[in-house]
Amino acid sequence: MADKYSADTIITETQKRISNAFDVFDHESNKTVDVREIGTIIRSLGCFPSEADLHDIIAELEEEEPTGFVRYEKFLPTMTKILLERKFRPITEDLLLQAFEVLDQQKKGHLEPEELTKYLTQEGEPFTQEEMDEMLSAAVDPDKNVILYKDFVSMMTFDDTR
Amino acid sequence: MGCGTSIAIENQTRPSETDGSIKHPSPALTMKAAILIQRWYRRYVAHLEMRRRYTWNIFQSIEYAGEQDQLQLSSFFSFMLDNVTQMNGNGPDLISHLLDSVVDPLTEEVRQLKYEQIVVSESYSGPRLSFPLSVTDTNALLSAFKEEQTLHGKYVLQLLYETKKFLKQMPNVIYLSTSYAKEITICGDLHGSLDDLLLIFYKNGLPSAENPYIFNGDFVDRGKKSTEIIIILFAFLLLYPDHMHLNRGNHEDHIMNLRYGFTKEVMQKYKTHGREILQLLQDVFSLLPLATVIDNKVLIVHGGISDKTDLDFLSTVERHKVKSALRLPKRSTDHLNVRSCSRSSSRHSRRSRMDSPCSSGRSSRASRRRKKHSTKQGSCSSSSSSSSSSSSVCSPRVSSRNTPRRPPPSPSLPSPTDVLQVPFLDSFVSLEPPEPPREELEWQQVVDILWSDPKNQNGCSLNSFRGGGCYFGPDVTQALLQKHDLCLLIRSHECKQEGYELCHNGQVITIFSASNYYEEGSNRGAYIKLGPELVPRFFQYQVSRSTRKLTLHQRVRVAEGSALRALKEKLYAQRSELMAAFQQYDIDNTGRISTSEWAQVVESVLRLDLPWRTLRPRLARLSADGNVEYGSCFEDISPGEPIPPVTPNLAETLYRYRTDLEIIFNIIDKDHSGQISIEEFRQTWKLFTSHLGVAVNDQTIDDMARSIDFNKDGSIDFNEFLEAFRVVHKLDVKEQQQG
Repeated sequence: MADKYSADTIITETQKRISNAFDVFDHESNKTVDVREIGTIIRSLGCFPSEADLHDIIAELEEEEPTGFVRYEKFLPTMTKILLERKFRPITEDLLLQAFEVLDQQKKGHLEPEELTKYLTQEGEPFTQEEMDEMLSAAVDPDKNVILYKDFVSMMTFDDTR
Repeated sequence: MGCGTSIAIENQTRPSETDGSIKHPSPALTMKAAILIQRWYRRYVAHLEMRRRYTWNIFQSIEYAGEQDQLQLSSFFSFMLDNVTQMNGNGPDLISHLLDSVVDPLTEEVRQLKYEQIVVSESYSGPRLSFPLSVTDTNALLSAFKEEQTLHGKYVLQLLYETKKFLKQMPNVIYLSTSYAKEITICGDLHGSLDDLLLIFYKNGLPSAENPYIFNGDFVDRGKKSTEIIIILFAFLLLYPDHMHLNRGNHEDHIMNLRYGFTKEVMQKYKTHGREILQLLQDVFSLLPLATVIDNKVLIVHGGISDKTDLDFLSTVERHKVKSALRLPKRSTDHLNVRSCSRSSSRHSRRSRMDSPCSSGRSSRASRRRKKHSTKQGSCSSSSSSSSSSSSVCSPRVSSRNTPRRPPPSPSLPSPTDVLQVPFLDSFVSLEPPEPPREELEWQQVVDILWSDPKNQNGCSLNSFRGGGCYFGPDVTQALLQKHDLCLLIRSHECKQEGYELCHNGQVITIFSASNYYEEGSNRGAYIKLGPELVPRFFQYQVSRSTRKLTLHQRVRVAEGSALRALKEKLYAQRSELMAAFQQYDIDNTGRISTSEWAQVVESVLRLDLPWRTLRPRLARLSADGNVEYGSCFEDISPGEPIPPVTPNLAETLYRYRTDLEIIFNIIDKDHSGQISIEEFRQTWKLFTSHLGVAVNDQTIDDMARSIDFNKDGSIDFNEFLEAFRVVHKLDVKEQQQG
């Protein structure tokens, strides 16, 4: 077996992972993806960029005359760099929990749906109504009609990293 | 930005409430918290989307790979033909039964009388139809089926008989107009999903003079309520002949039904009359019209078109002669008198006769090639929720999966350079191969309509996956539409996540009406409404089995689970090959190889074009040193109850070819009794294994046959036999036990 820890191997493995992820969204099998899927691809490779971060990356990836598509030849080096430099590192469960606690100003241990909606659709990089509805459908406890964020966070983290 | 911000938050959110009073975090902090949650959630959703996509890829890959299974079956048919002399006794009978149409000994009148005379017992509480049908009858049918009742065989026979009479007077291509109605509704594949049909009727209203419908084929197979669907569709057809239209799909084909479940469904629901119902259905299916044209502008066919499609020619085709796309027209070579010639030329004659999709006398070469390339694909899972779908005609080549769209060089008609060598007196005379007879051209037209798929690149190439029909590009569409002064092609045949999809610059619409086709939550169904302005409106829906609406991630999880189960079964079906290949990389026998090596092996053995590295965490475990423990791919699955003489290897082979064996047994079992004789079993099994190049010794077969003859009466219940080769997913069992 070859030396698995050589830099080359790591780079090759990384690139193959990128290729796999890219192919999933390459519907016409011609090594291009819709630019609107770039965010999804980058995130599915384990990165947590913000919308602003994505905006910058996409600007880099687009052609001089934007076609609406991103080619693999451009995507690969950019993405390899992102992964090897470990940019946009994961948000840990603890950190996430703390963020919810910040929003829970009255320290109730839970959040009302309206509260969370207000924050997430008005602050930061606002959610669309669709995003908000989808999150609420997963987050709101059906009996108590509140968001028990501690449970929510652990459940989502478990599901995500299974 | 990333790292810096998170550290800042960490510092600032150190709890400092000492006096219990409410602390208002600064707006900046609130904003940062919000961004963090948003970033995290969007990442989570992206991951979900990825899982959803590869789940879809898995289902589709397995579907297409399953089509290559069918390749072996159909080349097995030709192999059997070639070796007909080896099958003593059963030989000609078996073959002819496979390939020739069933001859109906009764005349029409006698048949009709016979049905009328069937007595329906008093205890039958289902609908009793009276012909000609009325709205009362269709309403009764709908209510009955909602209550899970079954229509009595007598009425099914009568309904089919009337439908056959009706369809006989229909042309191949039906021309409709929107001028009399507000809008025409066009539905795609239903595949036995009664829930979807009822949902469509609920949302869109029942068929009537004011509410005309077109159903674009594939009413049956895969779903469990195919019988109910065709009963309803045919009943409305008879009730509203001018406002209800059915196009034939590739599954309206009795050989397809043998594989994809409709035959079994009929035989299970109709123990007395099932056989006759199936015979009638053969005729009815072949009499279904092939195409519908609206306002001389919109063409509707089930599959698609090819560069040879011609609506005028299509109108003249004798459509009822194409009983099944898998039954090739026999090329008439009588005038050449080739049969009596030496072996080599008789091989030629068979080649020209069979040279459409089925591999022509090349089975031995094909089987050798298969052995070499280890292209044996596992049969699809037979678990009830998951799919085995894939529909295909025979496909002669196992093309490389890595470049799926590469067309193989297999002609459906012999190339002009093929020349027949025919002995004449003492020498050989070269003859041009005969022009394809009309029958073959007609067959080609029909198969193209029923089996083709659109593709993005220009051109028209043979559809190697399905084994019949073509991939047609935008240029082919454009040419056909121009030729007949049409503006739109509506077709079905392919499952789409949103229930519909446009391509070829909006000139082709795919409409698919079976929601949750692969699995609960996998896709929506849709229908089109088309008014006089000929602008399509799309309506989507999704049948939901659970009363509580599943969240996105629950739906993804369910579908993903199902896809992964199917994938693991594929791995299991090729276990020995995989292990052998893994071990080649593992010289020191550590049980571990690198991710790269693992992915390479799996891809080359399974030949499924999937993102293996992305899937690896779901399929195999990593060891502490970051390598893949390759044995862990198989841990999840265990075989069912073992049959003593069957060794693990044989069990694996039987498991892999379950579906094929099921079809073969179904064919041999002419009276659909579920039983075949031990002798038939032995012969078939022997032939099948020798065709595959798998060595099984006679003694083992005998022992096996004897041990599965449970009541020792010389016949085998092959359903029981096949049941023994189901596999059990251990995790499922555990969940059930805990749940």
